[in-house]
Amino acid sequence: MIKHLRSAADLDAATATLILDTAGEMAALAGREVKKLPTLRGRTVVNLFYEDSTRTRISFEAAAKRLSADVINFSAKGSSVSKGESLKDTALTLQAMGADAVVIRHPASGAPHRLAQWVDGSVVNAGDGTHEHPTQALLDAYTMRSRLGRLDGLKVAIVGDVLHSRVARSNVLLLTTLGAEITVVGPPTLIPLDLAAALSPATKVSYDLDSVLPDMDVVMMLRVQTERMQDSYFPSAREYSRRYGLDIARMRKLPEHAIVMHPGPMNRGMEITPEVADSSRSTIVEQVANGVSARMAVLYLLLGGKA
Amino acid sequence: MASPRADAPSKIILSASDLQRVVDRIAHQILEKTSGATGTVLLGIPTRGVPLAHRLAARIHAFEGIDVPVGSLDITLYRDDLRLQATRALGKTELPGGGIDGRRVVLVDDVLYSGRTVRAALDALKDEGRPSSVQLAVLVDRGHRELPIRADYVGKNIPTSLAESVRVSLTETDGLDEVKLTGGDK
Repeated sequence: MIKHLRSAADLDAATATLILDTAGEMAALAGREVKKLPTLRGRTVVNLFYEDSTRTRISFEAAAKRLSADVINFSAKGSSVSKGESLKDTALTLQAMGADAVVIRHPASGAPHRLAQWVDGSVVNAGDGTHEHPTQALLDAYTMRSRLGRLDGLKVAIVGDVLHSRVARSNVLLLTTLGAEITVVGPPTLIPLDLAAALSPATKVSYDLDSVLPDMDVVMMLRVQTERMQDSYFPSAREYSRRYGLDIARMRKLPEHAIVMHPGPMNRGMEITPEVADSSRSTIVEQVANGVSARMAVLYLLLGGKA
Repeated sequence: MASPRADAPSKIILSASDLQRVVDRIAHQILEKTSGATGTVLLGIPTRGVPLAHRLAARIHAFEGIDVPVGSLDITLYRDDLRLQATRALGKTELPGGGIDGRRVVLVDDVLYSGRTVRAALDALKDEGRPSSVQLAVLVDRGHRELPIRADYVGKNIPTSLAESVRVSLTETDGLDEVKLTGGDK
């Protein structure tokens, strides 16, 4: 097993499949009355969050607690210390406290890689800048596999702001490793050609959502990051929504079995309409539940064995 | 457990037909000691305890026409030696419909050795529900207990040295039925 989970590229097909299988067993255990397992008793997991997050932080906290690890939540919001320095100082503090794993979310791409050089414990990337969010990709892959029964040969469209999306990047890497065929869809300003090719040469690119939909097994809508709105990547929210938003009419173009995913938080009415988000094809709530199982699997596989 | 070399001397303890007889006998004993297997659930411990539990249920059905619920109970997450080895993959936990509350659970495993697997199974069971009682059936008891645990049904007692290793093969998992003792004497 690997020591850190910094990027979805850290995972080969066998390891990724082991994580998904383990997540399946964890999910089965989540149905029983006593959800707690003694597995990581005496281990310490630090949640180091330099960025706002509800679901990811809570999900990691629930996962660690269900495995009986001690959880320390460190929220660095409002810290005015320069990033590089503060991260290193914090890392040394965590090191001194004996953290067995550090779950880090950081606005700077590559922060988990730096952190891994400073601490002895395992580092789990919970989202770094516009780089990666590997546990999100794992829970997405798990959701697809449990809904559709397989990943190999699955056709997946990832729609929206691919340029700034760490969710998209990790998903392209992981799903390609597991044999899915990815098409990234969005306005040309948000999908640099070289980016899609650099992630995985097999990735297809399209600027026309309507023509892509009839072939897809999965449509993953990305959040329009409103903080990017003033950067003129697209003319207006309304135009974006008209061309790349998923509404009922567009959803009907999908094959019968296809599912609709969204990593959350959603902008209802922007990239996805409420009717689609709440439809039976939407896996959005399921994804949150699966997130805890996937993160339990990751923590168990990183920390459960001999260090 | 020291794993013996591939060329280490080995001895067949139970052949395929021996193994079948032993399973038949345990099935009869379970019927006897549980007053006809009423309110009884068989839970196999992965990997080889699971096919054994299914075989016992099939034999009980053949003898008495009773369907005993069968399930599996993975104990990996409850082991006390997790940190001594590389991370282990998990097995399946599948409780039969109706669960285990108020029922008599018979845990089924292939080899009883240190007793630590059974201790972990008892811990796992406690988190799954509250059985009225718990019994243990094993194909082979090789001794060297490290905990105060004993089996209610034993297929065969095999006195072993710590240098030896007991290898159970079942058709479902290994393609043949056989119990082998390897290692030990030079």
